[in-house]
Amino acid sequence: MSILTYISGWPLLAALLLIFVPANFRVIIRLVALVATFISMALAISMFCHFKAGQTGFQFEQQIPWVTSLGISYHVGVDGINVGLILMGAIVGFAAACCSWEIERREKEFYILLLLMTGGILGAFASLDLFFFYFLHELALVPTFIMIGVWGRGERKNYATFQITLYLSIGALLALVGLIALYLQSGANTFDLPAIIKYVHDDNHPLSVKAQHFIFPLLLFGFGILVSLWPFHSWAPLGYGVAPAPTAMLHAGVLKKFGLYGLIRIALPLLPEAAQCYVQVIAWLAIGNIIYVGFVAMRQRDLNLLIGNSSVAHMGFIFLGIASLNLIGITGAVLIMVAHGFLAALTFALSGYIYKHAGTLEISELGGLCRKLPFIGTALLMAAMAGCGLPGFANFVGEATVFFGAWSRPALQTATVFAVWGALVIGAVYMTRAIRNVLHGPLPQKFNQLADASNVWRKLPYALLLASLFLFGCFPKLLTDKIQPDVKPIVSMATQARASVMPVALNTTSAISN
Amino acid sequence: MNASLMSLEISVLALGMLVLLADLIMPPERRKFLGYAAIAALTTLLIASFSGYGSCSLAGTAFNGMFVNDALSLFFKRFFIIAAILVLFIAIEFAERLAVGISEYYSLVIFALAGMLFAASANNFAMLFVAIELITITFYVLVSFQRNRLASLEAGVKYLILGALSSSFMIYGIALIWGTTGKLNFNELAAVAPQYTGEKIFLLGILLVVVGLGFKIAAFPFQIWAPDVYQGAPTPTTAFLAVGSKAAGFVLLLRVLFVALPVVAAHWVNLLIVISAITILYGNLCAIPQRNIKRLMGYSSIAHAGYLLLGVAAIAGNVHDATAGGAAILYYLAGYLFTVMASFTVIALVVKTSQTEDVSVLAGLHQRSPLLAATLTIAMVSLAGIPPLAGFFGKFLLLKSVIALGAVNQGYYCLVFTALAGVVISLYYYFGVVRAIYFSKDAADLSPIAISGSARLCIWLSLAGILWLGIFPDTILNLAAEAAKVLSS
Repeated sequence: MSILTYISGWPLLAALLLIFVPANFRVIIRLVALVATFISMALAISMFCHFKAGQTGFQFEQQIPWVTSLGISYHVGVDGINVGLILMGAIVGFAAACCSWEIERREKEFYILLLLMTGGILGAFASLDLFFFYFLHELALVPTFIMIGVWGRGERKNYATFQITLYLSIGALLALVGLIALYLQSGANTFDLPAIIKYVHDDNHPLSVKAQHFIFPLLLFGFGILVSLWPFHSWAPLGYGVAPAPTAMLHAGVLKKFGLYGLIRIALPLLPEAAQCYVQVIAWLAIGNIIYVGFVAMRQRDLNLLIGNSSVAHMGFIFLGIASLNLIGITGAVLIMVAHGFLAALTFALSGYIYKHAGTLEISELGGLCRKLPFIGTALLMAAMAGCGLPGFANFVGEATVFFGAWSRPALQTATVFAVWGALVIGAVYMTRAIRNVLHGPLPQKFNQLADASNVWRKLPYALLLASLFLFGCFPKLLTDKIQPDVKPIVSMATQARASVMPVALNTTSAISN
Repeated sequence: MNASLMSLEISVLALGMLVLLADLIMPPERRKFLGYAAIAALTTLLIASFSGYGSCSLAGTAFNGMFVNDALSLFFKRFFIIAAILVLFIAIEFAERLAVGISEYYSLVIFALAGMLFAASANNFAMLFVAIELITITFYVLVSFQRNRLASLEAGVKYLILGALSSSFMIYGIALIWGTTGKLNFNELAAVAPQYTGEKIFLLGILLVVVGLGFKIAAFPFQIWAPDVYQGAPTPTTAFLAVGSKAAGFVLLLRVLFVALPVVAAHWVNLLIVISAITILYGNLCAIPQRNIKRLMGYSSIAHAGYLLLGVAAIAGNVHDATAGGAAILYYLAGYLFTVMASFTVIALVVKTSQTEDVSVLAGLHQRSPLLAATLTIAMVSLAGIPPLAGFFGKFLLLKSVIALGAVNQGYYCLVFTALAGVVISLYYYFGVVRAIYFSKDAADLSPIAISGSARLCIWLSLAGILWLGIFPDTILNLAAEAAKVLSS
């Protein structure tokens, strides 16, 4: 059994176990969830440490045939692209379980759903089989709707649940059609991704350009909706605004990266011609995320909506990195995916803490919280700084890398200018303004009784996420060394022009792939 | 003449008559247990079919090709026997609500089963008509069996009128086909059909037969009866109607279109696509405002007929290789069987104590009986097509079979997107049921629900079926693919 099976298996097993625990055993329920996510995190850290950087191909692989007639198998494995994501997902999963102490009613159901979400998405990231890739993501996605619908807060709960269910179901189903079409068009008669890539590239059975132009938009917009690609982003701030903190942490931090991961892992290598055509489209939609949603974030009066919009805006950088279609840009995109996972989880955890204790997230009603909540306030300040791309945090490394990557592609230089402006100016404006209004200034009378995260256990999830942001901010080499060797073949597959399409470019192609 | 091939059907008919006779000598308070005897007998027949000793595993034809035993009929016969067993379990649970004649109810279920078994093997239009009538006429009685309930009688009358109408369409269609070609046997018809494809009368005949079968599967525009009848009929009848009658309609439709008339079916691709799309949208959209849980299931069953028609449309697009589409239909039906049985068992139990069938009776169900709450939730989630349950893999197979043909006919892509729209719409009302179970605040009655042994067994069997099909689809899929090969021409 591969360690990856255990990483996603423990939370799922714990979810199954919890079904048989009576609902009034609250401590046991919480303990089971914490232990399961902790084991999964510990295993993910050990997997990350044992991962051999610079080695091409997948490590910790395991393959069990499932439906032989359709070529579906349970196939997991990691390379540099998903190793960081699985580590991030496992850490966020544990942090989310820690933060779930704020849930006070129907705890059993909540923890079951939370564990399903964690296990499902970790499995989806580890999966190298298109069917399981989709299947496990869907397993993680559906609990989100239920959690927002039941444990959500505020009077817009029903509307938000409705919108998020509708958007994400449509996105997931479009992606499903794209994946099925990919399976059928590739002709490899297997859902196994490495086998399809081998069949398409090494055995030279590329997909016809017509098929690529049908499948790529399905994947781009299907996955794009899941990632809140502008203009299909409106579910995200609204949904995160009403979601309970652990759900928002897991969804914004981990689940949302699924679509981006799918684009990099599946769409780019298998649909190179279409990818090249859509580069401009992706780049400009990404600018929509960065600039438009950035401006929207500036106008928010609710802290959670601001964070939600800022998390949508950050997706723009990742899309820009993907659009650059070169080694530096895509490496940067993967870096931001990991960094933003920690960051989004951290900010939603903190806003959840403030909501729980202050009872509101209206920025105008908050103020001076840093005096009463030194730990939470400092953590929020750091998170906001990380969000503006302050050096020292992992986000800076990723964003800078993406800008370098995008700039080196002449067609994207204008877009890069906009993106840099959006990152440095717009991001800084709304983040610093929020910090000023929430943490500084006079403390309203009613908040005199606020209590800070008192003991080590309460501080643990925030400290863990901050530490991860620092670690990868100061030592990005830990990730980049792993990411680069595996992004390289993807870039070369994505940029190689087919001889039959562009006979003139034949020499340059071989130069690139060499 | 090879009557031994029919020994399964003959034993089932004999079983039905035995149950009727036993009723004469059995004291009334014991009659409920006749159901267990019938279940035991049917289980024996089912085991025989798996062990290879049953007549249904012998391939061959009987009565000059009227009756055929092949992989397709074998698959459906097992399917129908399992459905009847589960329905009998629900009927035992339901027994005290049937004012009179529980043993007649059992025997009618068994006679309907015999009709379905004949339908699975029908290879001739006369056989098809007889099988359909055997099913339909027993169902007229089964639907209106609660004589003291007005709704049940009303449902019976509606089913009778529309059923008779559809039968007359069908017999007229069969007459036209016979009149133009002089053939009733499907294989003989397949040989001569290419000469008649230009003939309007012949095509009209086929159309009328398809209309008659459309009534059985509740496809648009012949779906009007379904919600009313589902709502009014006794719950075990509704379950049998939703699964058995629909599946019988599908096996006959598949045989008529792809064994007898592949030439014509290939021309009707666009018609099938349109019918499938409208059926999906109609079922799902109309289910949204429903408050009566059985009526909701009625509309949902229309939607599922639409999904199943995706597979029919897919086979029509490539009549030479029916494996993908046919296997998807059969697999989907298998998943649908367990899901529907699970939900109707729960509905039968919950509605028993309350007078109303409104969705609100489900409020607080998770406190009254966690098992029932979990079962209905799993059934709804499976119907909505969410992994890891049977419904997801079934929809996945159906979509795959349709997308495969998208490159040939753009209409298939439109159909795929319509089906996706239907799936998204259906999330609303399936989750509405789940929400009513777990999260509605105003539970009127929180008394625990007593679950009888038969209902409990039925629930566990159905749950095992849903999970097994969802998690280990390989076995059934291979059987289904084997069965679907029969349909390739």
